[in-house]
Amino acid sequence: MADAGMAGTAAAPSASNAAVLSVQNLEAWYGESHILHGINFDVSPGEVVTLLGRNGAGKTTTLKSVMGIIGKRAGSIRFDGKEIIRASSDRIARMGVAFCPEERGIFASLDVRENLLLPPAVRNGGLSMDQIFELFPNLKERLSSQGTKLSGGEQQMLAIGRILRTGARFLMLDEPTEGLAPVIIQQIGQTIARLKKEGFTILLVEQNFHFAATVADRFYIVEHGKIIDGFANSELQANMEKLHTYLGV
Amino acid sequence: MSISLPALSAQLLVGLINGSFYALLSLGLAVIFGMLNIINFAHGALYMMGAFCAYFLLNIWGIGYWWALLIAPIIVGIFGMILERTMLKWLAGLDHLYGLLLTFGLALIIEGIFQNYFGSSGLPYAIPDQLRGGTNLGFMYLPIYRGWVVVFSLIVCFATWYLIERTRLGAYLRAATENPTLVRAFGVNVPRMITLTYGLGVGLAALAGVLSAPINQVRPLMGENIIIVVFAVVVIGGMGSIMGSIITGFALGVIEGLTKYFYPEASNTVVFVLMVLVLLVKPTGLTGRAA
Repeated sequence: MADAGMAGTAAAPSASNAAVLSVQNLEAWYGESHILHGINFDVSPGEVVTLLGRNGAGKTTTLKSVMGIIGKRAGSIRFDGKEIIRASSDRIARMGVAFCPEERGIFASLDVRENLLLPPAVRNGGLSMDQIFELFPNLKERLSSQGTKLSGGEQQMLAIGRILRTGARFLMLDEPTEGLAPVIIQQIGQTIARLKKEGFTILLVEQNFHFAATVADRFYIVEHGKIIDGFANSELQANMEKLHTYLGV
Repeated sequence: MSISLPALSAQLLVGLINGSFYALLSLGLAVIFGMLNIINFAHGALYMMGAFCAYFLLNIWGIGYWWALLIAPIIVGIFGMILERTMLKWLAGLDHLYGLLLTFGLALIIEGIFQNYFGSSGLPYAIPDQLRGGTNLGFMYLPIYRGWVVVFSLIVCFATWYLIERTRLGAYLRAATENPTLVRAFGVNVPRMITLTYGLGVGLAALAGVLSAPINQVRPLMGENIIIVVFAVVVIGGMGSIMGSIITGFALGVIEGLTKYFYPEASNTVVFVLMVLVLLVKPTGLTGRAA
């Protein structure tokens, strides 16, 4: 659930008991810098939820805080009903949270096959290599290439493909379309739509609002480390003017 | 200058023996530096502890050489893991200099304690019965124990290389070298992996110590001299490069041996001259990659 009083909360599902992820009053710091100032939102099973906002608003920090890779955090993060604010990132991953970072995190010392096989399976039901190749045929042809020798689009496919192997059903994708050609963005969009159809729950961070509009069920607007607004995809047109103001587009 | 084949072969063998110790020790250093970013100056002291461990096993519990090859690296490896857990882990993310100073201090303390109890002279450690004697190759006499050290070191070095470069566990280690935060976010317990990796590197040093005991005797300061050469080997091979450390270790041992034959005056400095040349031409080392 977003901050009380924010516009559009009525449209957002508020079944926080059933939420896969429930973030309440989340604060986070980088050293002395206070980045998040009380973030509140929920993600329900099977949803694609997008955090929108300008550069430096706190979107990526929110994902990293959920993943447990920000040193100093406060507030509450519940995943599948369990509190994870104090859990280490490896434990959070083993609970079924998968994270695809903004910089993609492809390892130069590993080839494509090793990169794909790197994340350990955290539960049954992960995609097989064949299923990943079905989603991203390019990867099959580049299996023995060094991971960082792939094009930007292929690296993004690799970064998404490898977390699908793990069996995690909750995916956090940080700007998956950044710097990619339109045709690749379209492919990533189709992949996200397919994953949603197959029951994955996805928390997306995007600056590309036009892309997010094609895949997300709900949007939250992040500004200065807070959620300042939120609405469902069905309310998008009605909120377009506000959205342009928030995002400066 | 006439070349005496037996004398040249003998120096080459000495070179290969030294190269075996250089390779095992530099491999441990490379594993630790590559994976943990720690310049482990305590490596020589841990090598010495491996030799002493074999000595204690034999003289206190009557456990001989073959079991010592297994037990000493495990015991010293566990000691290394305790050092990592209690001291080195607090230096994560800090400049290399802190790790270097801490491990240098640890080396002084460890060597000082052993010197206090055992003095500076060497304690004898017998060659196991199965490896006594030698064989005449026609052009030289090969002591069996020395041949064993070279062959066993090669096997251990390549097994370590295989573990790191060709297995799933090795892929975790290599990935964690690049981006430990992300590897941890994939569900891998990176802090535990770091501790075990330090234990592995230290275990390799201890193994070299056990192998060295019958040749060089067991001395509290036995690691002090060799560690300087081993650091030169690691720098020449490329900091953190596994294969670079193995090849450079053996190659420099051989070069040192050849120098002893052709120009003995330079045998103690040839490794450092080579290090300077490599640093001038390729600062990342022969097989190292630029950061």
